Amino acid sequence: MSNNSILVVGGGFAGITAALEAAEVGYEVYIVETNPYLGGRVAQLNQYFPKLCPPSCGLEIQFQRIKNNPKVKVLTMASVASVSGSAGDYDVKITQRPRYVNERCTACGDCETAAVTTVDSEFDFGVGKRKTAYKTHPFMFPMRYVVDADNASDSELAAIKDACKYDAVDLDDKARSIDLKVGTIVVATGWKPYDIAKLTNLGGGKVPNVVTNMQFERLAAPNGPTGGKILRPSDGTEPKRIAFVQCAGSRDQNHLNYCSYICCMASLKHVRYIRERGDANVTVYYIDLRTPGRYDKFKVMTEADDKLTLVKGKVAAIVDDGFGNPVVTVENAITGIKSDEKYDMVVLATGMEPSIAGLKVPAGAVDADGFVIDGDGIIAAGCAKQPFDVMKTAQSGTAAAMKAIKTVVGR
Amino acid sequence: MAEKLGVYICGGCDIGANLDVDALAQFVAGGKHSAAVTVAKANPVLCSPEGKAEIEADIAAQGLDGVVCCACTPRAKWDVFRFGEKVQVERVSLREHCVWSFQDDPAFPGQMEVIAKDYINMGVSKLTKSRIPAPEITESYKTVLVVGGGYAGLNAALNAASLGYPVVLVEKADTLGGKAATMYKSFPLSGSFGDKTQEIGVKELIAEVQANDKIKVITGTTVESLAGAPAKYKATIGGTVYEIGAVVMATGWVPGKTKFLAPLGYGKVKNVVTSAEFEAMAKNGGIKTAEGKAPTSVAFIVDTSLLMKGVNYDACGAACAAPEDMPCKEDQPAEAADECEVFTYEDKESAKHLAYSSELTSLVALKQANYVRELAPDAMAYVIYDHMMVPGINEKYYQTAQDDPGIMLTKGTVTSVEEAGSEVVIKAKNTLIGDDIAISADLVVVPTAIVPTTAADPTMNFVYRQGPAFPDLDLFDGFADSNYICFPYETRRTGVYAAGCVRQPMGLGLAAEDAAGAALKAIQCIESANRGVSVHPRSGDLSFPEFNFMRCTQCKRCTEECPFGALDDDEKGTPMPNPTRCRRCGTCMGACPERVISFANYGIDQIGSAIKEVKVPDTLDAGGPRVIILACENDAYPALDMAAMRGRSWSPYVRFLSVRCLGSVNAIWVADAMSKGVDGLLMLGCKYGDDYQCHFVKGSELCNRRKENIAESLGRLGVEPERVEQYEVSIDMYDKVPDMIDDFVSNIVNNFGPNPFKGY
Repeated sequence: MSNNSILVVGGGFAGITAALEAAEVGYEVYIVETNPYLGGRVAQLNQYFPKLCPPSCGLEIQFQRIKNNPKVKVLTMASVASVSGSAGDYDVKITQRPRYVNERCTACGDCETAAVTTVDSEFDFGVGKRKTAYKTHPFMFPMRYVVDADNASDSELAAIKDACKYDAVDLDDKARSIDLKVGTIVVATGWKPYDIAKLTNLGGGKVPNVVTNMQFERLAAPNGPTGGKILRPSDGTEPKRIAFVQCAGSRDQNHLNYCSYICCMASLKHVRYIRERGDANVTVYYIDLRTPGRYDKFKVMTEADDKLTLVKGKVAAIVDDGFGNPVVTVENAITGIKSDEKYDMVVLATGMEPSIAGLKVPAGAVDADGFVIDGDGIIAAGCAKQPFDVMKTAQSGTAAAMKAIKTVVGR
Repeated sequence: MAEKLGVYICGGCDIGANLDVDALAQFVAGGKHSAAVTVAKANPVLCSPEGKAEIEADIAAQGLDGVVCCACTPRAKWDVFRFGEKVQVERVSLREHCVWSFQDDPAFPGQMEVIAKDYINMGVSKLTKSRIPAPEITESYKTVLVVGGGYAGLNAALNAASLGYPVVLVEKADTLGGKAATMYKSFPLSGSFGDKTQEIGVKELIAEVQANDKIKVITGTTVESLAGAPAKYKATIGGTVYEIGAVVMATGWVPGKTKFLAPLGYGKVKNVVTSAEFEAMAKNGGIKTAEGKAPTSVAFIVDTSLLMKGVNYDACGAACAAPEDMPCKEDQPAEAADECEVFTYEDKESAKHLAYSSELTSLVALKQANYVRELAPDAMAYVIYDHMMVPGINEKYYQTAQDDPGIMLTKGTVTSVEEAGSEVVIKAKNTLIGDDIAISADLVVVPTAIVPTTAADPTMNFVYRQGPAFPDLDLFDGFADSNYICFPYETRRTGVYAAGCVRQPMGLGLAAEDAAGAALKAIQCIESANRGVSVHPRSGDLSFPEFNFMRCTQCKRCTEECPFGALDDDEKGTPMPNPTRCRRCGTCMGACPERVISFANYGIDQIGSAIKEVKVPDTLDAGGPRVIILACENDAYPALDMAAMRGRSWSPYVRFLSVRCLGSVNAIWVADAMSKGVDGLLMLGCKYGDDYQCHFVKGSELCNRRKENIAESLGRLGVEPERVEQYEVSIDMYDKVPDMIDDFVSNIVNNFGPNPFKGY
């Protein structure tokens, strides 16, 4: 550790990219990630647009690069507690939460079998469950179980510990503090889905069978709660009429005062998911379909679907019909006709809010929307900086590596 | 070659509960490879600190140079089973491939032990035929060549120089600045994204470049040729040869041909101008109509639907046609073979470039509407769009325009643009203010497409066996872009990294970011070459294909098939390797009919010998069929791991071998398997075609082509071609791949029976 080391806060795609691109030039890099795994939001996606390819494919390469590069050091379940100093010479305190599982873990799964309590899975945005001893997803990296001691009784914890043949469950594990000296800090803390409880006109998360686009990703994912089947959360039936409500929170001065970049392409991708699985009718309510550049091809090919209707119109309200079917009130912006439409399922194209919104920025400053601003020795990358798709996130992460090295070169 | 091996059988994770690990250790100690096996032991938990300590103690005491860890998948516990640079490690995945995925067959009980023994023998055999790679490190050139002195190029040069690297910056024009220097102003580059316009500051940027003593600026010329390889390039520029490490290609764009704009009245209606022409008006002293008057209204057309008629995106575009880099057919006469090597460069421009430019089309229209407000304050600006394409933070720029009463924005589909007296009338339907409207304006501005310089010209002029241009330019209609969502700078020419609008249409703010990223990739490439290691995706790999030229027949397959053009050839056709272009996929190894190409730690003989370690019963009745599965280590292999971890199982008669890429699969392995009596061989690799997922671009596609030849050869020998198949498996198909395997095995057994060579 020296003052030409680089701290990357956030182990999502931007952070991993920044870390690896810098490390492969020869710099020492620390990745500090709050989740128990690397990969961030993309790990939760079923497929990327426009290639409809699995994110774990690129992540597998990134993880191989990390495995083969001793210059990259990863701290999971960790966050930045404090930063002092200045560009070229930062003292950083990291707090790492207890995992209660040590490096002896073989990921055999016996602890999970022994656990009895189930809670909502954060990884599945609440549409799935996990146990109190769990791995978040099959491609979890590092591949090591987590014990959720807060939600398990002492006797359950004891059973979990006893189940482990490898002495890997350590119930005495404690939060620890780690001091790092680094020359520069890349803030790649990413984004979180906008809280739909705030979108009261769209049901505020209380109308059955209204899900967010990220929940929809989990439903479509083979490692998700339904094994990749798109089913209504309320009764597990296959929806035959599905609506997408674009700009759920985005482009709205009362919520997110910007466009979230990915939601239009994400919803068109979701139309592809639906079509791969069945013949449901789909309506997308949008303000503008933002499919810039090379995405035009994907839009044109998706539009050819004769069971897809695209309607320019802003959704005013979503309510339940009393039988678990969401009813959408919408005005068609072209015809001016206002109508109520009943669906089996509604997907809110929920916008992208900086993960640190409402929290303390690990280093540097944020703008009025909560996006991180580049500062002296502080470099914003990925969706912590601006709403981006994955391609632009990778671009941003690579540029951040360059800026980080510029800060520390020669030190 | 590893000669003193330690072989360790782990008893953890259900292995010990299902297999007699001590007996397996004895089997190794006394088995066919006993001469190479110094230590063979079972350990209850090999990955535990105690297990690792035992191995380390044996290495120290016995001088082991190779360790075979028969435990879990190599993707797990990778940090534990490492014993320094002098000890080679082979992982045998008993947990995933044998125990967890085991499916009992009542017809032949006890298969688990048979599987374990096969895999252990395969692992030992592989390691005895593996050497520690010794890269050849030669002195590398550190200079970064930046081609193009526009906004991206200037930024790339400054970035590279700031890290201490010498830079040669080449600009075709006599002055620096590129398109940015011809612009009046820009929409925001950074910071306040709602600002009406920002100064670009290109003069200051040019001054900074010119004042930087690390940057040598050469204007008024182009790169005549780029010969050699990363860290050892010789670039000929204006007749002078420069020693170059790596390249940032920032050659930018040219305005699209105006013939594509005719449906919007361009060329027929005199007051219809392109946005590029309008920009020049603003820059050069004011906005004027053709009559020389200040306009009272200017309309910007963003909706390009009239222009896009006839543009057809088929499921499989031009890139699906026979790839340009496939070898000529062998049976062609020599003169035809010569002909198919003649390079022709087709203009890739089409109306599609307007779609590629769509993000900027909206932003530019909004920016130029702001020009109208600034330079002709009494004039009204109209913007007619189908979708206001201002994704992300650029929404704020749109909001600013919406707040300006002098800018009228409407959605609409433009149906015609006609001259009406001194005005131009735009008719549109489906607008927010009526179904059919007509807007009269003194001046109409239609979009300029951003067409990459590489659409019409090879640009880099590589002196490569495979031609002077990037080979995959058809994929994105000439843009030198990456097809990898995750890896935007990866193309098929190692060491040359595209930045700015030659890669993708982008605004100046993003172009500066792109330039920083590309400059870093160039530096990373130089430093990797300097350490003798590969760049992405096998970053850090020290191995390099070794050629036994004595047996080379100059068939040229390797030089033609290398996805990265790493191999040139001499006049006789003998391959001339360029290690720093190479990505270590092994496609050359797979291509070679004489089997003269191998890596120190991954070779023809090594994998072939491992295949021969599979014990094949003399008849199906004597122990069931055998099927070899070659799995791509990047995608199919992890999918198999996940399937096993999720409790899926498959036929006990399959044996897996991981390969770097299906491109590295040599036909001899299939022959080895078949001649040994194996009943079927399955290759699991990445998706190919337009949306390929193969990390080496062409590997899985090439394998599939070679498979046709293999099947033909097998047919001549009386072996049914159906015994050799290739399936596309992506990494998330872990729930599907077990059934694919079982279906393949049962198809062979039920429909084809035993391999006719069985028992010979």
